[in-house]
Amino acid sequence: VPDGAENTAPGGAGYSPVQNSLMHSSQMLDGQGFGSTVPGLYSHQIPTKVPVHPSSGQYNFGGSQNVSLLSNQGSGQTLNRPPAGLISMAPLQHTSSVPQMLPPSQNSAAIPSSSSSFVPGAYPPALSNWQYGQTPMSQPTGSQTNHFAHVAGTLPTQPLSSGSTNPATSYQYTVSPGGPPLQNSYMKPGKKDKVNIRTLVQWHMFGLSYTSGYKTTTYPSPVPQNLKMGRNVGYSYPTLPPGYQNASSPGAPGMQSSPLQYQAGPQPFPQPALGTNHITGSMSGLSLQPEGLRSINLLQERNILPTTPLQAPVPNLHEEIQKLNCNPELFRCTLTNIPQTQALLNKAKLPLGLLLHPFKDLSQLPVVTSSTIVRCRSCRTYINPFVSFLDQRRWKCNLCYRVNDVPEEFMYNPVTRVYGEPHKRPEVQNATIEFMAPSEYMLRPPQPPVYLFVFDVSHNAIETGYLTTVSKTLLDNLDLLPGNTRTKIGFITFDSTIHFYSLQEGLSQPQMLIVSDIEDVFIPMPENLLVNLNENKELIQDLLRTLPQMFTKSLETQSALGPALQAAFKLMSPTGGRISVFQTQLPSVGVGSLKSREEPNQRASAKDIHLTPSTDFYKKLALDCSGQQVAVDLFLLSGQYSDLASLGCISRYSAGSVYYYQSYHHQHNPVQVEKLQKELKRYLTRKIGFEAVMRIRCTKGLSIHTFHGNFFVRSTDLLSLPNVNPDAGYAVQMSVEESLTDMPVVSFQSALLYTSSKGERRIRVHTMCLPVVTTLNDVYLGADVQAITGLLANMAVDRSVSASLSDARDALVNAVIDSLSAYRSSVLSIQQPGLMAPYSLRLFPLHVLALLKQKAFQTGTNIRLDERIFTMCQVKNQPLIFLMLMTHPNLYRVDNLTDEGALNINDRTIPQPPILQLSVEKLSRDGAYLMDAGSVMFMWVGKNCGQNFVSQVLGVPSYVSIPQNMTHLPELETAESTRTIAFISWLREQRPFFPILHIIRDESPLKSSFLQNMIEDRTESALSYYEFLLHIQQQVNK
Amino acid sequence: NIFKFVQFKFLLCSYLITFDELKTDYKNPIDQCNTLNPTVEKVKKIKRVKIALKLVLPEYLIHAFFCVMFLCAAEWLTLGLNMPLLAYHIWRYMSRPVMSGPGLYDPTTIMNADILAYCQKEGWCKLAFYLLSFFYYLYGMIYVLVSS
Repeated sequence: VPDGAENTAPGGAGYSPVQNSLMHSSQMLDGQGFGSTVPGLYSHQIPTKVPVHPSSGQYNFGGSQNVSLLSNQGSGQTLNRPPAGLISMAPLQHTSSVPQMLPPSQNSAAIPSSSSSFVPGAYPPALSNWQYGQTPMSQPTGSQTNHFAHVAGTLPTQPLSSGSTNPATSYQYTVSPGGPPLQNSYMKPGKKDKVNIRTLVQWHMFGLSYTSGYKTTTYPSPVPQNLKMGRNVGYSYPTLPPGYQNASSPGAPGMQSSPLQYQAGPQPFPQPALGTNHITGSMSGLSLQPEGLRSINLLQERNILPTTPLQAPVPNLHEEIQKLNCNPELFRCTLTNIPQTQALLNKAKLPLGLLLHPFKDLSQLPVVTSSTIVRCRSCRTYINPFVSFLDQRRWKCNLCYRVNDVPEEFMYNPVTRVYGEPHKRPEVQNATIEFMAPSEYMLRPPQPPVYLFVFDVSHNAIETGYLTTVSKTLLDNLDLLPGNTRTKIGFITFDSTIHFYSLQEGLSQPQMLIVSDIEDVFIPMPENLLVNLNENKELIQDLLRTLPQMFTKSLETQSALGPALQAAFKLMSPTGGRISVFQTQLPSVGVGSLKSREEPNQRASAKDIHLTPSTDFYKKLALDCSGQQVAVDLFLLSGQYSDLASLGCISRYSAGSVYYYQSYHHQHNPVQVEKLQKELKRYLTRKIGFEAVMRIRCTKGLSIHTFHGNFFVRSTDLLSLPNVNPDAGYAVQMSVEESLTDMPVVSFQSALLYTSSKGERRIRVHTMCLPVVTTLNDVYLGADVQAITGLLANMAVDRSVSASLSDARDALVNAVIDSLSAYRSSVLSIQQPGLMAPYSLRLFPLHVLALLKQKAFQTGTNIRLDERIFTMCQVKNQPLIFLMLMTHPNLYRVDNLTDEGALNINDRTIPQPPILQLSVEKLSRDGAYLMDAGSVMFMWVGKNCGQNFVSQVLGVPSYVSIPQNMTHLPELETAESTRTIAFISWLREQRPFFPILHIIRDESPLKSSFLQNMIEDRTESALSYYEFLLHIQQQVNK
Repeated sequence: NIFKFVQFKFLLCSYLITFDELKTDYKNPIDQCNTLNPTVEKVKKIKRVKIALKLVLPEYLIHAFFCVMFLCAAEWLTLGLNMPLLAYHIWRYMSRPVMSGPGLYDPTTIMNADILAYCQKEGWCKLAFYLLSFFYYLYGMIYVLVSS
């Protein structure tokens, strides 16, 4: 990243919300993290209903409110960001500008007020329960209770000194008001009827929180201190949602499966000056153990899988901070409580790392245009919500702790049009933000979007008939290719020779130029091969129409992929861009030719399979490409072995992506044809960033260890990404280099600098803030089991390549054994029989077992080498949510879908059936089940399935007449059909690839694939879940 | 006499190698102290890695040449001391990643913290070894000079 010069000249700063065209339906959640600032609190909760327009409505929320929120903001922030000169403080409150300082006398009032506010919440049992637990503890020591007070969110601005005991407070941990997704997770498990109507719930909560909050405000504040900011007091309450919390805590009464771990978090808030560490100690002194700290005997818990999708745990931060924190879909850490030292991390035996999805399509993304991008002068961190303002003129970097000046221009807030509020700028209010980069961030003028397509046209390729599909899809989407008037496009085809297509203006039809010298490839007429898309559209369309027919009589069986790639690289190197390669067989002539290495008989032995590339040609070429900002995407459509291990390097190191369509054939395999069509459409039309680099910074003391994903690591924290696409995920392993003493929180920042398809240089910055903990118990408490599984999968891929597959499998099992035995020996005081696991890791063995049974790591003969390697590529390149789905599919019963608890999106009703465990015992012969395994879906119809379902949904008269390879549901005019189709298409819309639906019955050949995904059951070569647990127990208790 | 001459040459060469090794180290103490500006440090680190990539082969060759010279001079003890390192070098080169050209390090994995740390440790160990052997050769040479 080129260093941005510090420009102090005040310049016009604009601020505009960007509505992303590619919007995933379920991502309204993004809204809460992105488009808005503090005043937007309420709109956070109604993101789908009200598109957030940060520039207008939100920020001008009303004068008085703004003022109050300002003070609230300053005070609630533990990072100490007082609005300068606003309030004169008593020394006790020096950490923040605290608008409400509740004196003891008011405390008594505060208690009833908040408890009364719980009544509308309608969950008195939970309340009393917790009151019972908490009150005694909070009584004796005034200062401790304060944390709870904070937590409660009822009084987020309370200073430590106030000593108010608020029984309601314990609820805080259950919810972060900023996060609708969490609310969902809490709602679901506890309640029988599964309230899934997010928007509705949110509205509901909104109402509740408002009223109760309002009630609270009516209490007068009798103390002069309060009167000082008296005009604020009334209004500062709206941010306090006691009722809201109460409403969202019904998860609690459920006890069994409710995610209580978050409530428990007895750790201190990251409030540096408040020195809150003692709370942990005081908690441990209590006999009452919070539910989240509960450990679970895995051998006894039969129904451990939650019935709703698992949500990321919420970092145990002050709600004001957590509200600003990065969306877990974009940025996620394996341990939401960062261990203070490497020794503690080693003790926990859990991997520390980040999982990123930095370029995800967002529905709400604030974009800042400013001549000065404010960054730390020493570590170049972008200013973010977690920095602290020492005064109005200086801010302290949260990564290196250097004190920086606030530039003059930054003093003016373009959103509120107020001068002197640097802490209210969008940069400081959004953890995810995009900057328009000035020219200092360009090494050269932004490149035009350049797309080059390289087609295999050997006999084998023509046989598969892929060219027809690809040409047609390309033709249909030519206008949708991201770009502008500068977009360039070109085509190369190859068999044993290389064919270029001159699309020069003035030609009546495209001219084919054949280069047969594949030893020393040269480019004929380079200026006419890559042409402007808009100016030459007719020629291009003409070419695409004729291309499929041009080689139908070709008898050439050789494939010169290597030379063709070299030619493509030469053609692209002046500009950079994207090369899309379609290959159908093993390259056989010229440089980079490969030999078949797969020996079908030896598939079984996990030892001797070829996961490493046989040549470094593709890797070297990829590095050359990377240097010239060229990315190569590989589409492999092959029936035979094509050595993806070697070929894949071309995409892996040039930040491309790999697509694999096994046994593609236009007639014999129509399913793959549809898949290719759909995925190619997404591929062509999705957003793209060119000449990108991504840098990940973290607080001093932490360091990056290893990166996972498709890229070239240019330095220890800089990834070179010639192209970046919204479907790519990355993982990072971290280590604690220096002890994080005296740091209550740490932050991570990823900055992605890219050129958009419109030729703008942009920087997308994500910042995440996490608390630091000192005890092992807290580390386990904050473990994010999905992220851990994702990171372990990435590490296991590396391990299988560098060592062997069996090594990787052992490492995965050991990861579970080590962490659980560390938990047993270090955390559990009473040794109980059985296999104890912390609540946060209760799904860990199941997920690891799922990984072991996944195609990438499974043993057995039924998986082909290329398929295995492709799955490994996916593990490395997929964002976490899809990786988890691929690993542990979701199973739903679909023959009795109801509208109860359904989601409502754009007038569509989407039923939300509960997720079932992946075990045959959950299947019944008289039902129909849908298994969603990410890139493929199976619908298994039981033999005695209701006639109603068979005729109303499948549209066939009886069970026996279900066709053998049915892949589509007919659109029938029945309620059942509408529901099923709505549900399936909703699942499909959430992902960039197109999962094929296979409808299978007992006799179908695909039934084995379906049963293969039944992870909890025993298969020929793998243990069942229970056996696996026993195995782990044996090892743990050793 | 020939023996002395050979010893002297060793001296020079070993000095050269030591010097090389110093450069080969990615992180010198000055940089380690210089935590004020981590980015600068990182840039320097990368440059040093690049130098290391170029220097690794000459170092191996010079060391191998030494061993041959010791063999010629029938310096069995010295040769014995150098054999483990020679063996290590050979093993290291045999187990290098798949690569068409000469070289030892894979640019795609060198930035991995584990490998970087390993290379660094290796560099320091070798530096210590070369320094010790340098003094040993010096001692040998002076001993020969004095005794003759």
